[in-house]
Amino acid sequence: MSENPVVVPSRHYLNDQVGVASWLLTRDHKRIALLYLVGVTFFFFIGGAFAVTIRLELATPAGDLLSDDTYNKMFTMHGVMMVFFFLIPAIPGVLGNFFIPLMIGAQDVAFPRLNLLSWYLFMIGAALATYAVVSGGLDTGWTFYTPFSTSSSTSAVVPAALGIFINGFSSILTGLNFIVTIHRLRAPGLTWFRLPLFVWSHYATSLIMVLGTPVLAITIVLVAAERLFGFGIFDPARGGDPVLFQHLFWFYSHPAVYIMVLPAMGVISELVAAFCRKPIFGYTFVAFASLAIAVLGFLVWGHHMFVAGQSVYAAMVFSSLSFLVAIPSAIKVFNWTATMYKGSISWETPMLYAIGFIGLFTIGGLTGLFLAALGVDVHVTDTYFIVAHFHYIMVGGTIMAYLGGLHYWWPKISGRTYNELLAKVSAAVIFFGFNLTFFPQFVVGYLGMPRRYHAYPPEFQVLNVLSSAGASLLGIGYLVPMAYLAWSLRYGRHVGPNPWGAVGLEWTTTSPPPTSNFNQTPIVTWDAYEYPARIEGHVA
Amino acid sequence: MPAELPPLFPEAASTIAPRVDALYEFLVGVTAFFSLLIAGLIVFYAVKYRRRSPDEVGARIAGGLVLEIAWTLIPLAIVLVIFVWGARVFFAIARPPAETLNVYVVGKQWMWKFQHLNGLREINELHVPVGRAVKLIMTSEDVIHDVFVPAFRVKADVLPGRYTHLWFQATKAGRYHVFCAEYCGTKHSGMIGQVVALDPADYQVWLASGRAEGSLASEGGKLFQDLACHTCHRPDVQGRGPMLEGLFGRTVRLQEGTLQVVDEAYLRESILNPNAKITAGFQPVMPAYQGLVSEDGLLSLIEYVKSLGDANRTPLAQPESGGPAPGEATPARPPGGAR
Repeated sequence: MSENPVVVPSRHYLNDQVGVASWLLTRDHKRIALLYLVGVTFFFFIGGAFAVTIRLELATPAGDLLSDDTYNKMFTMHGVMMVFFFLIPAIPGVLGNFFIPLMIGAQDVAFPRLNLLSWYLFMIGAALATYAVVSGGLDTGWTFYTPFSTSSSTSAVVPAALGIFINGFSSILTGLNFIVTIHRLRAPGLTWFRLPLFVWSHYATSLIMVLGTPVLAITIVLVAAERLFGFGIFDPARGGDPVLFQHLFWFYSHPAVYIMVLPAMGVISELVAAFCRKPIFGYTFVAFASLAIAVLGFLVWGHHMFVAGQSVYAAMVFSSLSFLVAIPSAIKVFNWTATMYKGSISWETPMLYAIGFIGLFTIGGLTGLFLAALGVDVHVTDTYFIVAHFHYIMVGGTIMAYLGGLHYWWPKISGRTYNELLAKVSAAVIFFGFNLTFFPQFVVGYLGMPRRYHAYPPEFQVLNVLSSAGASLLGIGYLVPMAYLAWSLRYGRHVGPNPWGAVGLEWTTTSPPPTSNFNQTPIVTWDAYEYPARIEGHVA
Repeated sequence: MPAELPPLFPEAASTIAPRVDALYEFLVGVTAFFSLLIAGLIVFYAVKYRRRSPDEVGARIAGGLVLEIAWTLIPLAIVLVIFVWGARVFFAIARPPAETLNVYVVGKQWMWKFQHLNGLREINELHVPVGRAVKLIMTSEDVIHDVFVPAFRVKADVLPGRYTHLWFQATKAGRYHVFCAEYCGTKHSGMIGQVVALDPADYQVWLASGRAEGSLASEGGKLFQDLACHTCHRPDVQGRGPMLEGLFGRTVRLQEGTLQVVDEAYLRESILNPNAKITAGFQPVMPAYQGLVSEDGLLSLIEYVKSLGDANRTPLAQPESGGPAPGEATPARPPGGAR
């Protein structure tokens, strides 16, 4: 990737203002995106440290490294940190914040102050969750199942719950901001069906954030009320219903899976188009698939409860709807694959991540069918099979896409490039380490190893050792990009506005962009991913 | 002790296990086919259409309706097949046969208590006969647990405050893991045990070896006396409470006119919180026993009421050959059982 001549802008959003206050009080969506980048990276490595500890413990069948309670806190805090403070905010907070305004030709999001407030709420929520970690930890699992969380656990449930509650408002405000921004601030000529698919997928995500997150907030308040004041809501000993909690929790937390994966799908659409230099095959189908996932995603929460005592008829309804939600995901995978047909495919790092995503997401999605299939779900639910399945979606999907997007847009964000060879090698390490970590978990899950087990029967050890070995590779794979991306901020080669030869409004402005994004408002007369016959001035 | 290479399938030791495995294998096939198809295409395209010169762009192809329809409808057809297949297996798992050997299960942090009808009790170990359908009637004393027997491919949550069921029929003698599969606190991974499936003859020997003080129903009968239930629920004349003889499994009319099947859950509720659903024609005079009877005690009371006659099982039409053994689900009438 290179081009000539490289014109480095003298003023851009990074050096327009200086000083800590200029960052902490910024209303620039690009700077807020970088604040998010710092936040989510920090919590990703905290959550990752918990994961490594878990895998170290599970290298042997006996619970010999940690105490029972410590182990339980490890997997709980791993889940809480990763889900609420990394996976949910990462792509919308960093890439969405930075690039939605740039992609639609706007100067900023619709409500810049609200955007900053979102980040502060995220940080306050995360600080409370961190306080819960250090003040004794949390041992309820990230799912907070009642009555354990309300009546049995002696850990820091309320601070953690309060942290998640506050963080939820960050999510709601971000979603609201994106919806209004996409409706109101598109450049002249940028009609809905000219929008990049990244914007469509964030629109669908924002709908879920706005509609789903309040249910989580209510649920958390009820848990806190039962725990603090003894209201009988979920605990049968006080006249409550523990399954009610599961309904409320999954009514948010299943759609939350799509909050985590829809933005990732949007990133992949951008990467596939840019590195094939080709329109996405079936643009409208991919766009509407995002909306279909957002809508259907609200109707499948009961598939988390097939063995929780719900009626067989309810189970059938939730099972059939869960199969339906697989279809739009399949449509996306087929369309990305078809986009590669007769493309001009470059093998640069972001594309490697995109290819990895498609493969791993396909496996993750197809193994979801095992869980939607009632008769098989009974056996595999609450085992390592389900752990493997959702890590294929969350880690193999969302994190691969996040890293792919970060590499793709890094030259735009920083104005510089990273070391391509190191980047390719670490992408390969991540792909290999990921599969080594999580593929054996499908097998050990079908063999019957339950999740959240501190100690396990010795016959499961071989598979667990493989998994633990993979996790250490994966850990290295994640540390290396952090190092070379940080290095590139100072020492990376400068790039021009469009190092990839990609189309999209974000590539028409300087790298890094000016604070106001564009020197003059663009007027759009072309479709998304409409490539010229040749990329002018792009040489190897 | 690291073992040799692990198997890919757990032991299949119940009637349902081969059916689950068959669907699982089909799903593995579908997954392998589509994963390899997509991965193969991606790699093939990535090589074949690799960028040859830096200014090259891809072909302008916007899409194709026929393909879109094809890759919508074909997956839809496949998932419908999986749905129907999965639902059929699920129904088989969810619906026990009419005649089952019942065992009561109480989960608590962090152990399993199994109560056989003949009064035998076990902790973290459950003996069952091969070749007979066994139904577990389960509840929890504290938080949610889950009985999971991988070799049988069955699993069900165990909830406080209600009864859930799980049934299986072992096909092979052996010892199999029982895991708690719903996270329940500190010693969750220690809440494990074993199902010991015995050939019928061995099972009879095991039953006879136990030192039960009396059947679960007779235990319940004693508790029935101790709690003075018999002063109102009388077998001979209509007392202040409904007669319990032959009540279990019947449908009764409640005061507000709705119908209620007398099952374990209704009996439990009527003991703990009797005024919730009053049978038509009776006054709300019974005191609530919430907090006064343990989960074990409740189960014995329920079994006692069942022993007074079960509308679903007429004792005269007893299909068992060789007479009812101890631990049978037959309504063994206690001495003095009227009618």
